[in-house]
Amino acid sequence: MAISEKDIVWVEEPSIGLWEAMYLPAIAGGLATTIRHVFQKPVTEEYPEVKPVLPLNYRGVHRLNRDEQGRVKCVACMLCATACPAHCIDIIGAPTPWEDRDKYPVKFEIDELRCIYCGMCEEACPVDAIELTSIFDLTGLSRQEMIFDKDKLLSVYDKTVQGGKDPARTTRGVLGPASENLVPAERMAWPIDELPSSQVNS
Amino acid sequence: MSTLTINGQDLTLGDDEQLNVVQAAKKAGVEIPHYCWHPSLSVVASCRMCLVEVGEKKPDGSVAMMPKLVPACQTPAKANTVVVTDSDKVKQAQAATLEYLLLNHPLDCPTCDQAGECFLQDYSFKFGNAETRLQEPKEIRKDKDYIGEQITLFTDRCVMCSRCVRFTREISGTAELQIVNRGTHAEIDIYPGNPCDNKLAGNVVDLCPVGALCSKDFLYKQRVWWLKSRNSVCPGCSTGCSIHVDQNEDHIYRLKPRENPLAQGDFMCDEGRFGFKYVQAEERLTAPEWKKPQPESNGSSSSVSRWSEIVNHVRESFRLVAKKSPRSIAAVFSPWMTCEEAYLLASWLKKLSPQVRLTLGPIPVVGEDDRYPKNWRGEPLEPTKFTIRAEKCPNRLGVAAVLSHFQSIREDFSSIFNAARAGELQAAYVVGGGPPGWLSSDEVKALAQVPLLVAQDILRSELTNAAQVVLPGASFAEKEGTYVNHAGLAQMILRSVHPVAEGYNDCRIFMEISQREGLFNARVMRKEIAEQISAFRPIASGDLGEYGVMLPALQGAAKQANLSEARQ
Repeated sequence: MAISEKDIVWVEEPSIGLWEAMYLPAIAGGLATTIRHVFQKPVTEEYPEVKPVLPLNYRGVHRLNRDEQGRVKCVACMLCATACPAHCIDIIGAPTPWEDRDKYPVKFEIDELRCIYCGMCEEACPVDAIELTSIFDLTGLSRQEMIFDKDKLLSVYDKTVQGGKDPARTTRGVLGPASENLVPAERMAWPIDELPSSQVNS
Repeated sequence: MSTLTINGQDLTLGDDEQLNVVQAAKKAGVEIPHYCWHPSLSVVASCRMCLVEVGEKKPDGSVAMMPKLVPACQTPAKANTVVVTDSDKVKQAQAATLEYLLLNHPLDCPTCDQAGECFLQDYSFKFGNAETRLQEPKEIRKDKDYIGEQITLFTDRCVMCSRCVRFTREISGTAELQIVNRGTHAEIDIYPGNPCDNKLAGNVVDLCPVGALCSKDFLYKQRVWWLKSRNSVCPGCSTGCSIHVDQNEDHIYRLKPRENPLAQGDFMCDEGRFGFKYVQAEERLTAPEWKKPQPESNGSSSSVSRWSEIVNHVRESFRLVAKKSPRSIAAVFSPWMTCEEAYLLASWLKKLSPQVRLTLGPIPVVGEDDRYPKNWRGEPLEPTKFTIRAEKCPNRLGVAAVLSHFQSIREDFSSIFNAARAGELQAAYVVGGGPPGWLSSDEVKALAQVPLLVAQDILRSELTNAAQVVLPGASFAEKEGTYVNHAGLAQMILRSVHPVAEGYNDCRIFMEISQREGLFNARVMRKEIAEQISAFRPIASGDLGEYGVMLPALQGAAKQANLSEARQ
């Protein structure tokens, strides 16, 4: 569509005087800025020698949490795979070898290249098994290497727990019977047993 | 004629309609939630989910309501009945019933296979509360994986509707399942050492309105909201049960019975339910083959896998043989072919020469018709509620009707078999499409002597190894068409998944060989068949609807065939 004549505003270049035409004041101003920065603390980050510290609610590489017995916490409900807009999660469920649980994932793969790091899987998980960590520097030599399987995702959990980089929970942790309450009681708006009943699923 | 009032709107029922209030309300577009009631089972009115207000309109116009709520499933819909399902009283009763059912329910929906098609979920969402007032820990009971070879029980998910118990008592008659203990401690169980392994056992899983009874075959394989469902017909026997084929990403996960009063009712047998696995077996043919003899080299044969080239070869070579000696061409039709396929193949061959010999291949018959319910001795009882037929193929009647149109004198398979053994045949076109083991090895040996043997099948077999040309076709789940069951009921099958690899829909193969114009369209083809063959006239609209269309001409044929079988 052509632009109508009334929307066009013609502007003229302002004319410069002798003082500006000499360019010397501009050069002096530029030099002043440079000299000022010589005496300031540098803002450049020396990545990758120095890694930035990211907030704990950053959405980076996924991890699969373990329960208190060290088993994978995931129950293979596939709600994350259902919620995933990029279809990057592939789960195969099976009956557990354990007495206290019914179903667990024999295969759990996330294609980290296909993932868009939206965090919907974390939101969907009824047992807080999948979380996004603040690890962001993800590299690999092949596409296959970037498809993280269950062991690799569990090792991300071990690494982040040991490194003290547990991600911040986005929920109160009262979504399901298997989810745990990680938020200290004093920091919650309500104590857990006084939550408004509409927020507690029966 | 009787008129009743449901939530203020009038509903008129015909004289032959004997419905209860749940069914009548459904006709009026009102949903009354229910767990224990099922149209094919007796009424127990034990779940209390369908409680409604019922009254009667007196001749003077006044309405007298019953003081208490009554179960809709147990109340006949008769003239002048007034039903109220949306009053506060009813809503409170529904919410209270659901709260009670959920008291000890483990709420393990994330790991439950029923989630997504669960009536506890649906009704809780529509009629229940989001909160529980239970303070005490829930009663968790041990799962029972010994209920049956195909069935496992998650005891604590059960709502004690007793549908499964009534099914084994009333439909299969085998009565393996029962309720043990009383009150809160009631559980479904089997008699020790007598698992629920009857041939209809899989139906209890479908009947279970919650996730208590689960199929071991389907357990944890797929979430149900990913499954795409198409209507089809079970190819396992000539009963022709209406089914749903549930697939995701071109893999079939389960077959479920589809309600059809004309065909089989509400159920299907386990042979059909789990017997479809051959359609995704390793042995599926993936590409067409033409084994060209190469005399100049060391005698080995080379396979070409280009459809166009092979189709041309088949067309031209059949044309040449038909010119010289049309009686030496034979085509063996299988009872797994759809009517459309039989029509296309027969019309092509009969156009080459009217003397081409067409025959229906061997009909697999295993034992005798298996009728249910049975008594404790295993003897069938009257009235029969479900029959597993001895004839293990879906479309004998349909294919036979097409053949008898093209060929007035019936050609037996045995005469073709003898001709092939005597070396009288120059060319043969054999179409399979069913489970393995259709032709015996003697029959294959005889057919292997035919110099130009074209085998169109879905599985690699002795026949395809012997054939000069192998064409990979489609199984029942991969094609559209019409099956005619034992009683002359024509039903549609719809395509659920794609043919394997380079496989083609059989009708497409026939259309390319016979150089018909256009693409295959089952509906259009049905119209054409109905015009050409008088027996198929009732399907002239091309649309068979959900339940199918009865073909009276074939009903008579079915009876005659049964009589002649009985005489033998």
